[in-house]
Amino acid sequence: MTLVPQTIDDAEVPLRVVVDLNRCQGYAQCCFAAPGVFDVRGHEILFYDPAPPRARRGEIERAVHACPVRAIRMQAEPGVTQ
Amino acid sequence: MSGVDTPGMIVVGASLAGLHGAEALRLNGYRGRITIVGDEPHRPYDRPPLSKHVLSGELAADATELPQRADLDARWMLGQAVIGLDRHAHTIGLADGAVLAYDKLLVTTGARARPWPVESGGTLGNIFTLRGRDDAARLRAALVAGPSRILIVGAGLIGCEAASCCRSLGLPVTLIDPNLTPLARSLGTWVGGVIADCLKDAGVTYRPNAQVLRFEGDATGRVVRAHLADEHVVEADLVIVALGAVRETGWLKAAGLMADASGLTCDAACRTLDADGAPCPDIYAAGDVARWPISLYGDRLISVEHWGNAVAQGGHAARNMLAPADDQRPYDHLPAFWSSQFGINIKAVGLSEGADTVAIVHGSRASRRFLAVYGREGRSISAVSFDQARWLPAYAEAIRIGGAFPPIRDASDQDRIVSGLPGFPPPRRVSGSQVSGSQVSGSHVSRSDEARHA
Ligand SMILES: Cc1cc2nc3c(=O)[nH]c(=O)nc-3n(C[C@H](O)[C@H](O)[C@H](O)COP(=O)(O)OP(=O)(O)OC[C@H]3O[C@@H](n4cnc5c(N)ncnc54)[C@H](O)[C@@H]3O)c2cc1C
Ligand code: SF4
Repeated sequence: MTLVPQTIDDAEVPLRVVVDLNRCQGYAQCCFAAPGVFDVRGHEILFYDPAPPRARRGEIERAVHACPVRAIRMQAEPGVTQ
Repeated sequence: MSGVDTPGMIVVGASLAGLHGAEALRLNGYRGRITIVGDEPHRPYDRPPLSKHVLSGELAADATELPQRADLDARWMLGQAVIGLDRHAHTIGLADGAVLAYDKLLVTTGARARPWPVESGGTLGNIFTLRGRDDAARLRAALVAGPSRILIVGAGLIGCEAASCCRSLGLPVTLIDPNLTPLARSLGTWVGGVIADCLKDAGVTYRPNAQVLRFEGDATGRVVRAHLADEHVVEADLVIVALGAVRETGWLKAAGLMADASGLTCDAACRTLDADGAPCPDIYAAGDVARWPISLYGDRLISVEHWGNAVAQGGHAARNMLAPADDQRPYDHLPAFWSSQFGINIKAVGLSEGADTVAIVHGSRASRRFLAVYGREGRSISAVSFDQARWLPAYAEAIRIGGAFPPIRDASDQDRIVSGLPGFPPPRRVSGSQVSGSQVSGSHVSRSDEARHA
């Protein structure tokens, strides 16, 4: 039986990001807050990196708060899921 | 139920609906044991990028693990298939022989890609389906190997997204579908015609009204061509079968629930129904596997195979799992999905099945930027936007309240509203063995369900 431990504590482990693209309106506030992680393509397709490096954490937190429809969710580490 | 020494809650299926269900148990204050069993060896990951950025090579197949609440405190049993359910004993059986007891069960086993039949070439090499991240990794590797022609069977959402990716890689693509245009089942041929134009511009060979009968392989057992019903032959050394999905209910065969290949039937509160149609107070279902009466559309039994439903229904079922019998709230959902293909952002709300008219209320089909509303008997029942997402929420609201068709006329930027017949193909018969009782008229809101070969 596989019991997988569930903590993310390794500095090498990336952040986890998901965007609810039903909610997203493509207004690109997240792209200004975290340009290396979020990018609007064409007229309104939001592309994002679901596994960005930990160094981007501050930027992504700003993106989470900047999103007018609160479509972005990030997991940084145990105890902090935005 | 919430004591620590009781068996607690078991979630079967460790993906989008299961994760959101487990999280919602905690959010609603449940402190007992949560066990999440999944047959894939992976933590819950996101599927939408697989047919988009993973095939195109922008994301690795293992990059889409979903964020989760840090206080989930669940026991994960991954790489473990559940093979049986004993409702009376309150246990599930695992493939390795283990038996687990539960107080309440949440079924979120989703669906799997409909395979190509073995007898017509299904076991040949280089024929792929796309459902999970391992499928995506295999298919991506085969695309990188540089096939000389790709054949995609089925122009539903996944077939079209895959075609878009293959063209962005410069690979030759033929797309085959029994309908006149792509996405005919989800959007109708009037709107689907816009995607047909995109396919043409992108250099995809689209073969409408066509059906593959069988695949032929070479001496090494790899696919080399497809034989069509019209006796034409399409040479292809890589095939993507995108014929929709089959609900993962096989493990429930002997459980005495209303379950078949088209879904596990629930009541409006997400409680599964037994063979006599009575709700099981301790077995709930959510996500792609579930089929339930949707109040917005006259309590028609439907399953919604889209991301937003898995998230919302998982959460709703969990809330009801913790609530007393006299406070089981009905799941009130407006189906929605998005897709991106050929550089266009497509978003839709509502169910378009049964629409008698469709009208462009913003933009135009020619510009490929528009918002179309579908009407039935003078009511707005669904809407789709092509690169006009900002208008969609207003129409979603109109659909939710069953507003007049076409809705909010004054807000439209059109001098004259262009409308047409939506052009939906005739309804399909429900596949698989039928559920007992009278509730067999389920319909699906499926991602890639366009083509059927049989
Ligand atoms: C390639 C692809 C692209 C998509 N793109 C979009 C999109 O752009 N927009 C959109 O709205 N939706 C999209 N979807 C649909 C969306 O991903 C699904 O609706 C969603 O994944 C459903 O979640 P679920 O948890 O109900 O089921 P699933 O994600 O199918 O998860 C079910 C899980 O249960 C496991 N399981 C099954 N049987 C057993 C068993 N007996 N024992 C243990 N575990 C079991 C499965 O292996 C799987 O891990 C896409 C789907 C796919 C496949
Ligand atoms: S800020 Fe939010 S709504 Fe705007 S593009 Fe980013 S995710 Fe979408």
